[in-house]
Amino acid sequence: MAALLCLVVSAAPVTAQPANEAFPAALAELPDAGFADKEAIVARLVETGHSSTAAVLTAMLEDRLYVRTSDHRVFITTSADDTQTSFSLIDPLTLKGAGASPAGELTKIDTNNRLRRVLRTTTARFALSNPDPGVRLSAVTDMLRSLDDATADLLRQRQPQEPDARVRREIETGLAMMALADANPTARLAAVQTLASRRSAEVRNRLGALLERSGDGAYAEPDAAVRQAANQAVQRIDFVRGLYSGVETVFFGLSLGSVLVLAAIGLAITFGVMGVINMAHGELMMLGAYTTYVVQTLMPNHLEWSIPVSIPAAFIVAGLAGVVLERTIIRFLYGRPLETLLATFGVSLVLQQLVRTVFTANNRAVAAPSWMSGTIQINEALAITYNRLYIVGFTLAVFTLLLAVLRRTRLGLQIRAVSQNRGMARAMGIRSARVDAMTFGLGAGIAGVAGVALSQLTNVGPNLGQAYIIDSFMVVVFGGVGNLWGTLIGGMSLGMINKLLEPYAGAVLGKIAVLVTLILFIQRRPRGLFPQTGRAAEGA
Amino acid sequence: MRRPLLLSVLPRDGSGRSFLGLVAACAVVVPVLNLLVPPSSPLHLSTYVLTLIGKYLCYAMLAVAVDLVWGFCGILSLGHAAFFALGGYAMGMYLMRQIGPRGVYGNPILPDFMVFLNWKELPWFWYGFDHFAFAMLMVVVVPGVLAFAFGYLAFRSRVTGVYLSIITQALSYALMLSFFRNDMGFGGNNGFTDFKDLLGFNLQTDATRVVLLVSSALALGISYLASRFIEASRAGRVIRAIRDAESRTRFLGYRVENYKLWIFVFSAVVAGVAGALYVPQVGIINPSEFAPINSIEVVIWVAVGGRGSLHGAALGAILVNYAKTFFTGALPEVWLYALGALFVLTTIFLPRGLMGLLPERRRAAEVS
Repeated sequence: MAALLCLVVSAAPVTAQPANEAFPAALAELPDAGFADKEAIVARLVETGHSSTAAVLTAMLEDRLYVRTSDHRVFITTSADDTQTSFSLIDPLTLKGAGASPAGELTKIDTNNRLRRVLRTTTARFALSNPDPGVRLSAVTDMLRSLDDATADLLRQRQPQEPDARVRREIETGLAMMALADANPTARLAAVQTLASRRSAEVRNRLGALLERSGDGAYAEPDAAVRQAANQAVQRIDFVRGLYSGVETVFFGLSLGSVLVLAAIGLAITFGVMGVINMAHGELMMLGAYTTYVVQTLMPNHLEWSIPVSIPAAFIVAGLAGVVLERTIIRFLYGRPLETLLATFGVSLVLQQLVRTVFTANNRAVAAPSWMSGTIQINEALAITYNRLYIVGFTLAVFTLLLAVLRRTRLGLQIRAVSQNRGMARAMGIRSARVDAMTFGLGAGIAGVAGVALSQLTNVGPNLGQAYIIDSFMVVVFGGVGNLWGTLIGGMSLGMINKLLEPYAGAVLGKIAVLVTLILFIQRRPRGLFPQTGRAAEGA
Repeated sequence: MRRPLLLSVLPRDGSGRSFLGLVAACAVVVPVLNLLVPPSSPLHLSTYVLTLIGKYLCYAMLAVAVDLVWGFCGILSLGHAAFFALGGYAMGMYLMRQIGPRGVYGNPILPDFMVFLNWKELPWFWYGFDHFAFAMLMVVVVPGVLAFAFGYLAFRSRVTGVYLSIITQALSYALMLSFFRNDMGFGGNNGFTDFKDLLGFNLQTDATRVVLLVSSALALGISYLASRFIEASRAGRVIRAIRDAESRTRFLGYRVENYKLWIFVFSAVVAGVAGALYVPQVGIINPSEFAPINSIEVVIWVAVGGRGSLHGAALGAILVNYAKTFFTGALPEVWLYALGALFVLTTIFLPRGLMGLLPERRRAAEVS
């Protein structure tokens, strides 16, 4: 039968002529029909083989099929949200836009449970015969959530002709889940054994249900052998799922840690290498985030390129701001670290207000390019979102690059020389004033780049910087001032601790625990994880 | 030659005396202008201005507390707003209990927010706060004990400089996050407000406000004198030695951590008292008082006034806050530019703050 449907659907354009009349006729009867009649109409709609049948039935299932009171015509709306005042409409025959209509003029075509079941089966049947294996896979996954005899029949028909291995595996899962209720214990045992290799939560719950006792002490599953197998399978699945949720937590920790490292790494340069407490660091990140916004506004049609363009742009904007800051203010304050705190705090206020004046105090919307969104489904128990993955990679790239600049370039050599012994470096012919400006610019530029990443994660507004400045200082102090590796490991561990605590303590309490831990940690190691040693430490 | 104790408390330098005179005048003139001069007279001081001055005096006291540890001991605390807020919360708890059945829900025991959260009985840490004396004890004890515990750990481990600043900031931040939680039993992000009366006196009347202002002026005067006394004592000299050369002082045989600890605790207590006087005057306390940015602002008042000069710090607090009130009212969008520029310019051109502008001769007298 599915094969027949497949034929009908693929042949739809050819037989479109008669369908063109039967389809709108059936559709026109929908608004006034009772629920039982609607079922019959749905069957007729399917028989017409019209190319928009699937779209109409899906819309009906999702409460998006409306009738317009003025001319009694049926329309699909783009949204099911019935709190909105106006809907934009789609013509059900051509599937093209058909203007908009106020909510008052539209009446929803109602469905009941029974009708929805029919619709779900019918749309699933359409989806199962879709040529795209991705569509078929998600259709099967949907069907597994609400399995009944009708959907099981569909799956059974599809199984022998399904070419894609992943879809076949899902169908197998579904049929095995159905077979758990089979009267024959051997069939149930086989089903349990099939399901033992799956990892999804649904399978776990189904198998767990077999082991439950009802009120009179009888097990839901009468056969002891099946129960034993189910018990083993549940334990196995729990173990594997536990393992994957551990992996997921570690990954969340890594991605949060990466954000912290990214925010702190520019500070590690200005604070760690130069001894300047730059309270405007957060605002330099904010400049980077706003640069992303401006870039996206300037090239609205090339969203996917906005991030690669923003990264160098933000580096230059924030870096220049940093150089100006160093030349006009910081250079008068060397050797007085606590006073740099005050002056740069003043600068941070000015920058915040500047952004409020130019961009208003409201948050700006920065869009995420399509390649940043979505998830990688590693298996049923583990999915990783792309933006988190990119952040981790991006942080490592920035870190490596910075390390390379400090270790391998002439500028890096000069920066290290000046930070270790300014007088000696000057005596060797290094223009320390220029190096100071470049170092500060480098730290500020990195802050700007971090801002680009933050623009993809949080709201871009005048307060963006303040939210991260405290965390950044914590990371630098935890890792040890003047040590980039300390910042990396410090940030990653703080992120990890935070995420590991979160399931037990909740987000806020977890954060409090991290702060208290940090305070206590500093008592044990007053100069962080990787303290500076030797002469450089004495001046600090 | 040693002077008698009472006399040695009084500052010998002119600017210190003028400051005390100013505070005393404030405590006398402002009430007179508010209560005795009729509202029609141009000299009449409105209740709004009265409350504002009371608020400034509390800020000045907080600035004295910060200057005591920063200016004289070199400990840059970025967590003093937390001690201020803790004192304020202790006072707030007393005021909340005083509301009694006059709250919105009319519960005679539980404050409104607890009724709202469906709590059945008062948490244990609220016991005793219906007694004024107990609440006042807590105003002193809570910041003091926290400062002691924190300082004991930090100074014994020889955490100094920037590291100390950052962990005081972490402390304040952790407290802010904790007080934001409803489960803590301190009203969550709304904090305490809607206070009715203090020791039976209605907080809305001018007379009560005048008494609060005079108390604030008195508290400022006393904490100033006490700080000057500490500064002039032998311990005060050790403390200044610690600021200038910590290792050397330690090598000379002084227990540096003990000196630091006691000055830190004393300063925290002063901050707590300032907070307790602040809350009934502004009529609200909420977790944003713990915000790290507040602590930084206090440091800035001190820097503007003149680090290391107690009256300078107090004047800095009053001036910066007056400027804030003026600008946010008159030119709100200019305020942050002005404040930012003020910090930058003071740190670069006035490293000793406004007190650095005083003629050399008077400063020399001050130092001796």
